[in-house]
Amino acid sequence: MDVVAAIEDDLFAYALMLGDSALVLSHRLSEWSGFGPTLEEDIALSNMALDLIGQARLCLDYAGKVEGRGRDEDALAYLRDDNDYRNLLICEQPRGDFAVTMVRQLFYAGFMQPCFASLMASRDSTLAAIAAKAEKEMAYHLRHAGEWVIRLGDGTAESHTRTQRALDEMAIYVAEFFTVSAVERRLADAGIAPDPLALRAPFENSITPILKEATLIVPSFAGGQYGGKNGRHGEHLSRLLGEMQVLHRAHPGATW
Amino acid sequence: MYAQALDQKDRSPVIAEDPVRLERFEARCTAEDKIEPKDWMPDAYRRTLIRQISQHAHSEIIGMQPEGNWVTRAPSLRRKSILLSKIQDEAGHGLYLYSAAETLGVSREELSEQLLSGKAKYSSIFNYSTLTWADMGAVGWLVDGAAIMNQIPLCRCSYGPYARAMIRICKEESFHQRQGFEIMHTLAKGTVAQKAMAQDALNRWWWPCLMMFGPPDQASQHSDTSMRWKIKRFSNDELRQKFIDAMVPQARFLGLDIPDPELRFNEESGHWQTGAIDWSEFRRVLAGDGPCNRQRMRVRRQAEDEGIWVRDAARAFAAKRAARRQAAAIAAE
Ligand SMILES: [Fe+2]
Ligand SMILES: [Fe+2]
Ligand SMILES: [Fe+2]
Repeated sequence: MDVVAAIEDDLFAYALMLGDSALVLSHRLSEWSGFGPTLEEDIALSNMALDLIGQARLCLDYAGKVEGRGRDEDALAYLRDDNDYRNLLICEQPRGDFAVTMVRQLFYAGFMQPCFASLMASRDSTLAAIAAKAEKEMAYHLRHAGEWVIRLGDGTAESHTRTQRALDEMAIYVAEFFTVSAVERRLADAGIAPDPLALRAPFENSITPILKEATLIVPSFAGGQYGGKNGRHGEHLSRLLGEMQVLHRAHPGATW
Repeated sequence: MYAQALDQKDRSPVIAEDPVRLERFEARCTAEDKIEPKDWMPDAYRRTLIRQISQHAHSEIIGMQPEGNWVTRAPSLRRKSILLSKIQDEAGHGLYLYSAAETLGVSREELSEQLLSGKAKYSSIFNYSTLTWADMGAVGWLVDGAAIMNQIPLCRCSYGPYARAMIRICKEESFHQRQGFEIMHTLAKGTVAQKAMAQDALNRWWWPCLMMFGPPDQASQHSDTSMRWKIKRFSNDELRQKFIDAMVPQARFLGLDIPDPELRFNEESGHWQTGAIDWSEFRRVLAGDGPCNRQRMRVRRQAEDEGIWVRDAARAFAAKRAARRQAAAIAAE
């Protein structure tokens, strides 16, 4: 196998990881449309969903081009089964209450913001360009979710309890962020993608002060659930895709 | 879309207004002056506007539901993104309109309470179901299209804050209509199944959309004062006719049939003439018996209820922070 082809396989897999996480999380956020706790927050949740759909489209479009088999963003989004998805497990967890949503957004953005910041220096110019746009978006999500987690943690007794519970529920999916798949290892060595291990410190540096200010107990993030990067998911993804793909799959080859 | 408010009878006691002020006010309306929140206005003007603006706002909010029904099943990522931002716009419209209503001395909480208690109405069109993806096309094309017909004249409404909100809203509504038309166009030029889906959606939405303009002129409780006060500028039938005349050629361009065997072009008047509208259906849906009246309200209440703890937390936190700042300021003295 020649080197270029090997890198292309890895690039394809990596673009899918980024794209699938954004796509699946945007789907969960879009479930809030019309259900936000205030009108302003309904709009903010849609904004974040829209940012992530935008990122997903760029990444999947690029994945399709790298793969070179004629699959576009929709073929990749709508015609793959759950075991071909490469998203982080945290993204596919059910919407939950507003505390779950905000804690998840905090964790995800807390990880992706430094990830994209580092990816901006990628030797792959397309990934670097996607990262430049996405990094700004993730910085906004991080700020927005952080403000809410502080408000909820330090709000009422009920909001504190709910947020601590959300934190403990979502914490088990954080360790996966920092696992290094073979694809990420090779791309990191080639200067194309960040080494996930290097993102742990920036993640903790941005998350910990927020959780402390929110008067929440910081979970350990040790152990937990893995497998998303390799296509091994939980029970929820298949249902999520079932809903997302139902119409597209009912009309093979149709244009929308 | 929102003309219905003007056809409801104002049941509040009539207040005898100071004739001098009233005359001056009416002269300003006639001169197309803008009335601003701090200006004197007749009580009935204020009440009519609150009723109309809040009904409009409620319609934007309830109107998020029928389209929200398809967000998670949108058939392409591009469509999903457009649909989600359209629904987001509607939430924004609700916000502008609640703010405009607040300038008349009523709070958003009061207005929201009136919606949840069923005291305030929203446009009946949103009590219909969205059964297929083509309904996303039909809603944008026809429902937003009818809303624009109603709302463009409101950009010149005598009440300044409402007129200004409508200018912003109308810009976005025309994008909504275009995306709806584009969905219909794609479906109509698509597979046999897609074209059938588009036709079915037109069949279901056409008549309810004609009803959006409210009862026929001879049956509606007349709104001479609304006309004089430059809140309303065209009658229900005039707006409905404008809508029909605009939509018939568009349906033909799409290659879709308007579900009305009596539809014909009247050479004399230069207008398209439709068959009789079934006003008993309109009254039934308005009275609460549409396909989704109960569901829309249930979902709205559920969303409100599930947000209570969040809003409470935000309030509690804001109070704590203010207290801490005050304590810090005192300590610094
Ligand atoms: Fe509207
Ligand atoms: Fe709107
Ligand atoms: Fe609209």
